Amino acid sequence: MKVVLENLTKKFPSKNKKEHSEVIAVNDFTLEIPDGKLVGLLGPSGCGKSTALNLISGLIKPTSGKIFFGEDDVTSLPPENRGVGLVFQSYALYPHLTVRQNIIFPLENLKGKNKLTKDEMNKKALEIAQLVQIDTLMDRKPSELSGGQQQRVAIARALVKIPRVLLLDEPLSNLDARLRLQTREEIRRIQKETGITTVFVTHDQEEAMSISDLIIVMKDGVIQQIGEPQTVYDDPRNLFVAKFLGTPQITIFSGRLEGGDLFIGGEKVLRVNADHTGPVKIGVRPEGYIPSENGALSCRLSRIEVMGRDISVVSSNPAAESEFIRSIVSAENKIDTSSETVRFDLKPGKVHLFHEDSGERIPFGIN
Amino acid sequence: MDKQNNKAWLYLIPALIFIGVFMVYPLVDVLIYSFEEGYNSASQTYNGVGGYNYSFVLRDPYFLQAVKSTFILVIITVPLSTGIALLISAGLSSIKPLRNLFQTVYFLPYVTNTLAVGLVFMILFKKTPYSDGLVNLLISWFGGSSVDFIDGPYAAKMFVLCFYTVWVVMPFKILILTSALASVNRDYYNAAKVDGTSPFRIFRKITLPMISPMLFYLIITGFIGAFKAYSDAVALFGTDLNAAGMNTIVGYIYDMLYGNSGGYPSYASAAAIILFVIVLTITCINLIVRRRFVHSK
Amino acid sequence: MTSFADYEKTEKRAALRKRIFNIITYTFLAIWGIMVLFPFYWMILSSVKSYSAYSSEYIPKFFTLSPTLENYLDAFTAVPLGDYFLNTLIFTVATTAIMLAVIIPAAFAFARLNFKGKNLLFTLILALMMIPNELVIITNFTTVTNLDLRNSFPGLILPSVMSVFYIYLLRENFAQIPDDLYYAAKVDGTSDFKYMMKVMVPICRPTIITVTILKVIECWNSYVWPRLITDDQNYFLVSNGIQEIRENGFGRENIPAMMAAVVVISIPLIVLFLIFRKKIMEGVARGGTKG
Repeated sequence: MKVVLENLTKKFPSKNKKEHSEVIAVNDFTLEIPDGKLVGLLGPSGCGKSTALNLISGLIKPTSGKIFFGEDDVTSLPPENRGVGLVFQSYALYPHLTVRQNIIFPLENLKGKNKLTKDEMNKKALEIAQLVQIDTLMDRKPSELSGGQQQRVAIARALVKIPRVLLLDEPLSNLDARLRLQTREEIRRIQKETGITTVFVTHDQEEAMSISDLIIVMKDGVIQQIGEPQTVYDDPRNLFVAKFLGTPQITIFSGRLEGGDLFIGGEKVLRVNADHTGPVKIGVRPEGYIPSENGALSCRLSRIEVMGRDISVVSSNPAAESEFIRSIVSAENKIDTSSETVRFDLKPGKVHLFHEDSGERIPFGIN
Repeated sequence: MDKQNNKAWLYLIPALIFIGVFMVYPLVDVLIYSFEEGYNSASQTYNGVGGYNYSFVLRDPYFLQAVKSTFILVIITVPLSTGIALLISAGLSSIKPLRNLFQTVYFLPYVTNTLAVGLVFMILFKKTPYSDGLVNLLISWFGGSSVDFIDGPYAAKMFVLCFYTVWVVMPFKILILTSALASVNRDYYNAAKVDGTSPFRIFRKITLPMISPMLFYLIITGFIGAFKAYSDAVALFGTDLNAAGMNTIVGYIYDMLYGNSGGYPSYASAAAIILFVIVLTITCINLIVRRRFVHSK
Repeated sequence: MTSFADYEKTEKRAALRKRIFNIITYTFLAIWGIMVLFPFYWMILSSVKSYSAYSSEYIPKFFTLSPTLENYLDAFTAVPLGDYFLNTLIFTVATTAIMLAVIIPAAFAFARLNFKGKNLLFTLILALMMIPNELVIITNFTTVTNLDLRNSFPGLILPSVMSVFYIYLLRENFAQIPDDLYYAAKVDGTSDFKYMMKVMVPICRPTIITVTILKVIECWNSYVWPRLITDDQNYFLVSNGIQEIRENGFGRENIPAMMAAVVVISIPLIVLFLIFRKKIMEGVARGGTKG
């Protein structure tokens, strides 16, 4: 099922009663989620991503704009008629019911010609439990399960009615680091097997990048960029997106473009072909540095961290926004640790230029 | 260590004196009283030990009348008040505007003097030569004939007593149930809503099990409270409850102790112990039922 | 796949259902609101009707065009309502103050100090919560009578002081204060008593206020014990006063004057409630029961 949002906007009255202002949680969303894809809705906390999810689920009504499931306009349809499955951050498993009863719960709501017999319900519940691999836990109460198992039960309950769209709100945030890795693979697998269009909300860019077919990056209720994870990473539309994606974070330098020369501090680091002169922000991905004795950019060497295949060079430069610059280079590079400075050449493909004020990307070519 | 030991007792002594003199000693004493036969409060002597006090009380028509009235009161008011309180709390939790106002208003009976407001109820229900009273006016609007609720037939008097009792106990129950309902995580409701659960089914399958511990707490305290009914009846029917035929068990105890028919602490003690046994039994039954039905975390 | 028209119908039906549900809810809540408020309205209304006007209404009127305050004058002059008030005030303040002075150290000892048999003693005291007042009141009546304390303030106050439940409530609150605070105070040479008064009591002020308010309500409305222990009007509390007024005062039929008295004795607690609404409701919700 394809999901289309058209100029979707949600305003909340401001919590501060004295000002009659409004908070725009979701601002003019227009996008299309293709059928059968796993989409990550990504942004810092408070950016409106959960609101966007609840608009799709129908728990919140939009201020304006439209929502389509396939060709159907579902904008003002109550949640129960939309056919969505929703997994809550807290899982919201009914504590007084067993796993089986929890999974069957949505099926018992079916009426009329959709009504199922007890046997059919049990069969469906078992099938879905097998899919998420909790079929051995059917008679336990939620409190007797681990966090990861509870998560699976919640997914099973959301899937048992075969929803048109599956929505997951911060599905991994309540799990510990090891389980998080395992569970995200699990979500990917389940989504692949069922082929249900799935939207999940997260603030963790790594999580979104690793399993999504498509990511939507949000900030302050506004969509910043939509695309495949690798594309968004390689080709960020603005400074926010560039900084939000990738670990270690991209390093931002204040620099200048003058007559096709890119300067950081007094050093000419790259020769570029761009329609811009004057101050710019320069973003360099950690993997964009090549240590070289006669490199263009000189930095003060702080320390070197060995990570096996790669090494991480920690250095500093007065033009950088952050105190330290972290660059990942191959371990084959020999770096003189006794030296106070380290010099790098920059890989043009890993360097992005942004307008100093607006943060918009400045495209450039290489001569 | 020893020093702290002594110091601790210093902090405890005032409380222990009060508890000892006014709670523990009386508890022992009341048991002894209840088995002392022929106790004379003037000379403070008795002429034997045995179960006579109990058999006297259990055969006393006033006591039996009081037991009957109390049981009727309990059986009617506990389910009724709990049920209505549940409906009201559910209603309160589903609205936003005016919610605080309603909550404040509903709580008012809790902070009013039972005796004082009981007088107002008496006037509303009473029929006098000068006026049929307001309630009878309402009855006549609906085409009924007037009834004296205060000095009239037993059923009518019982109705007023139940009505007033419900009115008095409601604030506490509404308050407890509204806070129980508020503590249910909203996600459960949202999850059920997305799954297309009907409001009625949400209430029965999710809300009720989630608040069942509080509900049972209310039922137990409701039973205990209703068995100890007394001042509500006094407020409506006056201090001479035996004459009004509306005495309660507690009223019987106090009447035996003091007042026109008083001076028999042994009978009062026996009646008090019988009341305690009744309350204890009902509470135990409640707890057994609770174990079976209440969802615990 | 369901068509667009079907969706529109579902939407409309859902909206309609919600509106009907809302109407029913508000009606129901309003009805109970009226049931609660009506007796108050009626008592105020009756209290401002003149005696002659009230007596001549065979069919009671729902309003009055000539309100009068003479009943309030009667309430204070024809019966000693002022004395009842003063007695209740003395009784309430003294009982509450003594209770606080007794239960705060006890709760402190149970929460903070170590002594032999602490757990056993605390359990026993908790068990006393189950004992109904009716069981102990009989002996207390005899005790107070034998001590010749009938019709006296000590006789009224002393047996009403203790509330085991409040010791429990306070102890639970005291126990939540981190141990480190105590050790820090000890290192600084603070005495236990000073620590209790200067650290624990201020930190637990909300609970202490709650306990105080609940006890004040309990005292203000107490009826049974004062009735047993006083037959001299000079020691009547408002509850007994109202009962006395009902049976002997004003002449049985002067209902407007009675209602004026009822209004007067109801006002203090209602005002207290409206000021401390949040605190009172929280306190009661935490497990206080009436009486």
